[in-house]
Formats: sequence, structure tokens, C-alpha cells
Amino acid sequence: MRNWLVVFVSIFALSTSVVVRADTDAEVSARKDALEIAGAFSNDGFKIRDGHSCGMLKPHDRSLIAVNLYAGNQYWFSVGTVESVKKVAVAVYDETGKQMTTENYSNGEKAAAGFAPENRGQYFVAVDLIEGQEGSFCLVYSYK
Amino acid sequence: MFRFVALTTLALVAAICTAASEQARRLSPDQMAKAVRTDSITVPTPGELFAALGKVGKINWSAQYRGPIPMTYSDRAQIALNLGGLIADGFIAVEAKDGQQVKNIGSDIMKLGKALGVSEQLLSRGNSINEFAEHNEWDTLQEELEATQNEVKSSMQSHADQDLIILVTLGGWIRGTQVVSGAILKNYSESAASVLRQPALVRFMQSKLNEISPELRQEPLVKHVSEQLTGIEKLVSFPEDEVPTVEDVRKINDAVGKLMTEIESKEPPK
Repeated sequence: MRNWLVVFVSIFALSTSVVVRADTDAEVSARKDALEIAGAFSNDGFKIRDGHSCGMLKPHDRSLIAVNLYAGNQYWFSVGTVESVKKVAVAVYDETGKQMTTENYSNGEKAAAGFAPENRGQYFVAVDLIEGQEGSFCLVYSYK
Repeated sequence: MFRFVALTTLALVAAICTAASEQARRLSPDQMAKAVRTDSITVPTPGELFAALGKVGKINWSAQYRGPIPMTYSDRAQIALNLGGLIADGFIAVEAKDGQQVKNIGSDIMKLGKALGVSEQLLSRGNSINEFAEHNEWDTLQEELEATQNEVKSSMQSHADQDLIILVTLGGWIRGTQVVSGAILKNYSESAASVLRQPALVRFMQSKLNEISPELRQEPLVKHVSEQLTGIEKLVSFPEDEVPTVEDVRKINDAVGKLMTEIESKEPPK
């Protein structure tokens, strides 16, 4: 009986850990949109990072993601969202919290910011919900 | 007099508004501290580091190759660290546009992956790496190498080996920093040396190391790597407006080189 309990608990723990880490359907859809935008920059030689960061956007709230960038490289941060989000914006801040000048692309629920850092170090990518209701988003980035 | 007071008041209001607007465009320390930090997006790939270095001068990438490493480690933490180092080697071979070297490293990655029990998922990646190398698809190869690394990490998660994930990342970073600092030493320039500034990145990896299980943290190699990382963090934490000198770069190269030798070695660290 005890053995069965151990097996059951192990299977439960494993399945829970996998579920917790897996992206939701909404996040998968948002990632697909983000990759679609990033794909457009590939034509200019940008390589898409395989890593991504997904989360929830709430009205009057922003999501911040820390990234480490190299001077000399150019970057595009592309964000895809789900239907409840009507308009989203992407901005980049340096490690002192100062907003950086970026090249911006916006198509309502999808947006991107292009940035060429002058200094190497930590930066923050901010994703803001401008219009719409709470919903999932996904950020991918590309570089060259 | 009235005119003077009105003008001064207007100027003051405008200044306050500008300052408030400037403040609104700034992130607070609290916001920055709460930012999401994940292994998959906060840590740059070796490819990003090499791309930045390649822009400040011509690098002889094939001169950065190292000899083959053992494939028979029994310690899982050591395998994870070396797997990360091999993935960085893959990026070097891609920069050198050396298809045969990419294939050799791809084969070693599969062998170490197999030792960790993740070979099935990796097999298709291995085939893709070979195919892209044969067709000289260098950009795709970079993406495939990162995807391979993520495949390994994802497999570790599902095998309840999540503590090893940071070790793969760390192994890649140590090897990448060894190569970059070595290349800078051969042809020093201030702009090239500035790519070595990475305090936040090392802090992030150190914080992740502190989160792993106490048993794994007590393993001699992991404990040693963690201790050495504290010293390396100081070496790469120079202020933004300062550039490391040749001597600074040499210290970084010596520290990561020594650590890489210990990671590769089949003898326990001294």
C-alpha cells in the first residue's frame, strides 16, 4: 500500500511540475504571433532567440523582463498577445531605469521595439497594455 | 513686478511638469527588482556574445578551438557543466563557418546528452545540426544550437533534474567568456574589452546556483564553481564608464580558464 502511495505521489508531483512549467494555449498562440513579427526581421539578418517569456498583462499594469544585451549588436523585441488585448506597447529601459530611444512597430495587439545599445549590460523590456482587457502575452527577441 | 512673478511661476510649473514627465518615464528600483528573470531570456546565448565581439574586429575563431574533452563523466553536475561548454564550442565552430567541427561537436553533445538520459529528444536535433552544417546554413545553425540547449533543459525539467539547468547555462557562459577574453588578449582594444562587463548576468547565475538543492550545492565541483564565480563576478563588475585594461582581461581569462580546466578534468577540484 505504501509503495502504491509513493508511486501515486511521484506521478502526481511529476505531472504537476510539467503542467506548471508548460505554456498555456493562450501563451502558445501569443508566442506564435510574436514569432511572426520576429520572422519579418529575419529578412534583415536578425537571428531569433529560441527562448521566450510569456505572462499576463493587466489594465494599467506593465510587465518587465530583464535581458542582458551587448553593445554593437542590434535587437528587436517582439510581442504577441491574445484577443482580449487590443493594443500593446513595447519599451526598453537601461539598468538605471532610464527609457531608451527605440524604433517602434505597432499593429494593435502586436508590437515590437528595435534597439541598438551603446553600453553592454542589463536592460529591461517593458510590455504595456494600452487598450483592452487582461490577457496573455509572449515576448521573443532577435539580434544581429 | 506682477509680470515678473507670473513669468517665474509659469517657468516653475513648466519645470515641475517636465521633471514629473521625466520621472514617469523612469523605472523605480522596486520595479526593476521585480522584473522577470528567466534562464531562457535573461541569459544571452554565446552566439550573441560572439556576434558583439565580431563587430569590433576580425576574430580568428578556429584558433579558439580546444582539444576533445572526456565523454565518460559519471557525475551528472559535471556532465551538465560540460554540455553547456560544448554548446558554446558549437557556436564558435559556427562563427568559424567550419561544418566538420560543428558536426564533431554536435556528436559530442549527443553523447553527453545520452549520459544524462535525454538522447531521444536530442537525436532529431543532432540530425538537423548535421544537415545544416552540410548546407552551410550558419544562421539556422545558431538557432538550432540554442534550440538544442533548450531541448536539453526542457528534458531535464521533465526528468526532475531542474537543478542541473543552471549548470548547463553556467558551463556555456564560462566557456564563452574564456574564448572571448582569450581573443581580446590576442588583439586588445578598448571597445572589444568592454563586452566583458556583465555583473548583472553573473549575479543572476549566482542567485540561481543558490536556489539548487543543498545536496547538489555540496558536491565538490558545484561548490568550487560557486565559490570561484564570486571572484569572477568582481572581475566583470567594473563601472559602466570604465574599460578593463589588458591586465584586467588577463585576470578574467586566467580565472575562467582555470575553472574550465577543472570542469573538464576527471579529477576532483583541489
